[in-house]
Amino acid sequence: MDFKELITQKLKEKFPSVEFELTEYRDELTIKFDKKFIVEVCSFLKASLDLEFSWCSDVTAVDWANRKNRFTVVYNIFSMKHNFRLRLKADVDESDCNIDSVSSVWQAANWQERETYDMYGIKFNNHPDLRRMYMPEEFEYHPLRKDFPLMGIPGSLPLPKK
Amino acid sequence: MKQLDDEFNPKILNALLKSRNDYTIEDALENEMILNMGPQHPATHGVLRLLLRLDGERIIGCVPELGYLHRGYEKMAENMSYYEYIPHTDRLDYISPMANNVAWVLAVEKLAGIEAPKRAQYIRMMIAELARIASHLVAIGAFAMDVGALTVFLWTLREREKILDIWDILCGARFTNSYTRIGGVANDAQPEALAKVKWFIDQFEPYLAEVEQLLNTNRIFIERVDGVGVISKDEAIDLGFSGPNLRACGVEFDLRRNVPYLCYSEIDFNIPTYTEGDCLARYFLRLDECRESAKIVRQVIEKMPQGPVHADMPKQVLPQKDEVYTKMEELIHDFMIVNFGINPPVGEIYHAIEGSKGELGFYLVSKGDGHPWKCKIRSPSFNNLQSLPKLVIGHLISDVVAIIGSIDPIMGEADK
Repeated sequence: MDFKELITQKLKEKFPSVEFELTEYRDELTIKFDKKFIVEVCSFLKASLDLEFSWCSDVTAVDWANRKNRFTVVYNIFSMKHNFRLRLKADVDESDCNIDSVSSVWQAANWQERETYDMYGIKFNNHPDLRRMYMPEEFEYHPLRKDFPLMGIPGSLPLPKK
Repeated sequence: MKQLDDEFNPKILNALLKSRNDYTIEDALENEMILNMGPQHPATHGVLRLLLRLDGERIIGCVPELGYLHRGYEKMAENMSYYEYIPHTDRLDYISPMANNVAWVLAVEKLAGIEAPKRAQYIRMMIAELARIASHLVAIGAFAMDVGALTVFLWTLREREKILDIWDILCGARFTNSYTRIGGVANDAQPEALAKVKWFIDQFEPYLAEVEQLLNTNRIFIERVDGVGVISKDEAIDLGFSGPNLRACGVEFDLRRNVPYLCYSEIDFNIPTYTEGDCLARYFLRLDECRESAKIVRQVIEKMPQGPVHADMPKQVLPQKDEVYTKMEELIHDFMIVNFGINPPVGEIYHAIEGSKGELGFYLVSKGDGHPWKCKIRSPSFNNLQSLPKLVIGHLISDVVAIIGSIDPIMGEADK
């Protein structure tokens, strides 16, 4: 059986109540589902002996600007056993801007989620150390949001006092 | 005699003698200390800042602080065309800009469905491997310098200088190359450039052996790095290690082999691995990788086919300058590509290459415009640095310097 089919079959067996939306583009599989199940699905994908997605390569988000669910959090995970890359997605709305942290599943997600929080302002629940990654702690904005201007906001980064 | 005492006992000494002198060794050890290391510390390879919590000289806590070199390259990518972004990739990992150029164009080509001609792919393989050698030479030299062996740095940088000379012939720039183009490379590799690469590879290995002799018989060096900063195989995977650091823990994982891109499947090479996972293993691994890269470059030059270096897709691949000035059709295409971009179809892709520090990938989302809607840089240095607190805890302050050197972070890439 094709490995892609195996993943979807395993997921559907394990989580019959979750709706998985599958897309394939340029031979890359993307699975989208509700953000409530993110930790359960991720820990299953990591722990399952047939799949073994042991390596979390990247966590990021996409800002769709004027869509109903404004943000999509994107997880890029890799199975070293099968040499397969999988993308997981979960929509997050601006009014309820949070998602559960997967840093308990992969430690690598710790900094990656901090970076996403810094750049998009998405809160990761149960994150051990949710601070800004790049911007100063007192900075109010989230630079990668589409409503943040390219030139920055004058005066938002005060110079150190002399 | 009285006068002499006054002369040689200045006030500060008197103050010290009269002050409290009933300290015990326990008192001194009880005091924990917070030490701020960086961002302007020479051993932090740029602007990494570490907050260290010390018990005596032993580290009991470490918090890395990033962002001192954050230039917002992901935001900038959303506001410029795919072609315009090529020079900006030079500034990510500024030790191996050629590898970044290759990573970026491969990602864009995957998004837009372009395939570069065979010769261009071979040239890209050659420059990516030479960039890896250059990067590892700096890594080895700086690492040795950090732990006190200064000569090695001069020797490895002398070798790197020869690679920079090759870049100079190949594309006219030594550091910020911007040599690759979407659908090919800027210009064909000149025969003199290829001859120089061949000469470099032939004389490189004896020089590398000299460097190795200098370090491997140096007891001070070996004792300072052996068994320092150990990380286990499982923990390294869990923490998102990649590249040489991961392979030094015994994981045989290399994107060139596991997820082949370019023409790596046609090349014969080994993936060196070590099982110790300490600073010494990471140093040995970089030396071995230099040799393997030299092997790859030698094969690439032998197998390099003749032919064009630009894909024949006029709507997406920028035409050559001499054609723009003489032909109408090319002029129109040049105008359209420069002003409106290449407009890849709606979709999203992730493409990664085995960069010199680890997995260097770009996640691109296109809405069909000339600009990417979203560009995420998966930088290896950022993910490798994440393990630093785990590695340094329990070691001495002087070992922190060795551990940072062995991880080989480049802050331009970690901070984006």
